[in-house]
Amino acid sequence: MIAISVDSPADSEKLRKSQGYTFPILSDSKDEVIRRWDLVHPHGGPDGIDIARPAEFLIDSSGKIRWVNLTEDLRVRARPQQVLDAFDAMSRAQASLR
Amino acid sequence: MKRSWNASVWVGLVVVFAGVASYPLIFIRYPVTRDFPWASLLIMALGLALLAVGISRAFRRPDAYRGKIFGSVLGVLAAAVAAFFCYGVFYATRQLPASHGAPQVGQLAPDFTLPDSTNRPVNLLGTLHSQFWPEGTEPVAVIGIPPISTPPPAAVVLIFYRGYW
Repeated sequence: MIAISVDSPADSEKLRKSQGYTFPILSDSKDEVIRRWDLVHPHGGPDGIDIARPAEFLIDSSGKIRWVNLTEDLRVRARPQQVLDAFDAMSRAQASLR
Repeated sequence: MKRSWNASVWVGLVVVFAGVASYPLIFIRYPVTRDFPWASLLIMALGLALLAVGISRAFRRPDAYRGKIFGSVLGVLAAAVAAFFCYGVFYATRQLPASHGAPQVGQLAPDFTLPDSTNRPVNLLGTLHSQFWPEGTEPVAVIGIPPISTPPPAAVVLIFYRGYW
């Protein structure tokens, strides 16, 4: 799992340590990747700064996207079981090709 | 006859405010009460019902219950607060860009390199194609013993989030 936001590396490290996360949190402070993936939420952050809209992607070992969740509501995010189900579906599809 | 201060109005107001506050303080932590805020709405509905009972008493039996004026004012205030909550959770949080240009299922993920929280550069496709060091670990070089490593991941779950947590 990899998380991305506009937070600085220092802020991300504070979050990681305070919550005990073991996955990497990447810093896209200039919204470069966020814009390239068309996930920018213009003026969505404090003081009107551009931030990322929430989104989750499952990417297989070849770099292909297998599942996308673009929530329509800030409060509603993908639940762990949804991601696990997407992973299982991906694994079954890969197994059937062998 | 001594007129009651109409506890139903005051309790109703407190319950409505408690219902609103319960969402960010408690229910937002659990998807079952966050995704659709039924628990907070239930508490607010109870508060509004108590207010309605109190205001109704004040108008039907003004000899026994106070509150025609303060009950009406507090009733409007509570209704406004409840309406603002509903505006927030049913409208404001849905104001998100459509992101029609976002990568779709079946497409190759656009590659990138970004710094992690220790300022180490991380390349997306690189994490899928080669051995990926877990966050916060360093390859330890000890003579005669190979560094500890993990096999390439079967997949990556990439999560974009708003930040400022």
